[in-house]
Amino acid sequence: MSISLRVGILVFPGSNCDRDCQHAVSQVMGAKADFIWHKESMLPHVDAVIIPGGFSYGDYLRTGAIARFSPVMAAVTRFAEAGGLVLGICNGFQILLEAGLLPGAMLRNRSLSFLCKDVHLRVENADTPFTRRCKPGQVLTLPIAHGEGNYYADQATLAKLKARNQVIFRYCTKDGEVTPEANPNGSLDNIAGIVNDAGNILGLMPHPERCADALLGNEDGRLILLSLLEAIKSGRYAPKPVLAHNVS
Amino acid sequence: MKAKVSITLKRGILDPQGQAVLHALSSLGYTGVKDVRVGKLIELDLATHDRAGAEAEVKAMCERLLANTIIEEYRIELME
Repeated sequence: MSISLRVGILVFPGSNCDRDCQHAVSQVMGAKADFIWHKESMLPHVDAVIIPGGFSYGDYLRTGAIARFSPVMAAVTRFAEAGGLVLGICNGFQILLEAGLLPGAMLRNRSLSFLCKDVHLRVENADTPFTRRCKPGQVLTLPIAHGEGNYYADQATLAKLKARNQVIFRYCTKDGEVTPEANPNGSLDNIAGIVNDAGNILGLMPHPERCADALLGNEDGRLILLSLLEAIKSGRYAPKPVLAHNVS
Repeated sequence: MKAKVSITLKRGILDPQGQAVLHALSSLGYTGVKDVRVGKLIELDLATHDRAGAEAEVKAMCERLLANTIIEEYRIELME
């Protein structure tokens, strides 16, 4: 992977997967990974943004509810509106929902328990910048670690997500069957990850960065990071420079 | 002026916490409870004495930050 690719990793008070993301992007994938503190109101030059997992602002009020008003999120919104690629993992997904960059909301897990385990995911759409290295229907094994991953959207939103192939990952059995038993947290329609209408923002609850390094015994997460980096390299997702660095 | 904002999940959205409390109450013998909703209470101490202005401002706070109206509903109570 070319060393010239730069991925910005946001850091909020309470982020705790930022360094895992940096390790996966730089040490495993060979791209540059720069931390971006949440107080920054402009992004440095980056080709993509990762919003990592953790407990930003202690999950006070609602997960992601306070982080979404950090200055950096206004910059991320401009970056995304200009076509830049944004990947939100776990708390990052929750922040994207609260920010309205992705539709829907998160509820407490149906079991009320914090879940920390491997789950199986079916790739529902392999024609995205985040899944282009996956095969349609491929089953990935990724770890989850969350208390609020129970995805909810109203019926009209769900219908739109389905009609536009915006559901990217669903919780499934190891054989790829989407069943109620394979749903760890009660998510609507077994949804584990979605993209926005334009397709350049992905939010998912499982953690690809925790299973990218072969040393850890599972490299399924690598497919998602590799897809992202290859999508950047393709040049199709370069944010329009004027808009991306505008200060409004 | 003080404001109390009560936030609960909307009707029709499963409240797992409420369900857990309902089951606990039932196991304690309180079998007459039909449903339980667990929510949040936020108390605000406001500098203003203008009731209408306060109500409009707290409503805006709810819409922007205090509640997520995709899943939650809120009630505002104002007191002198």
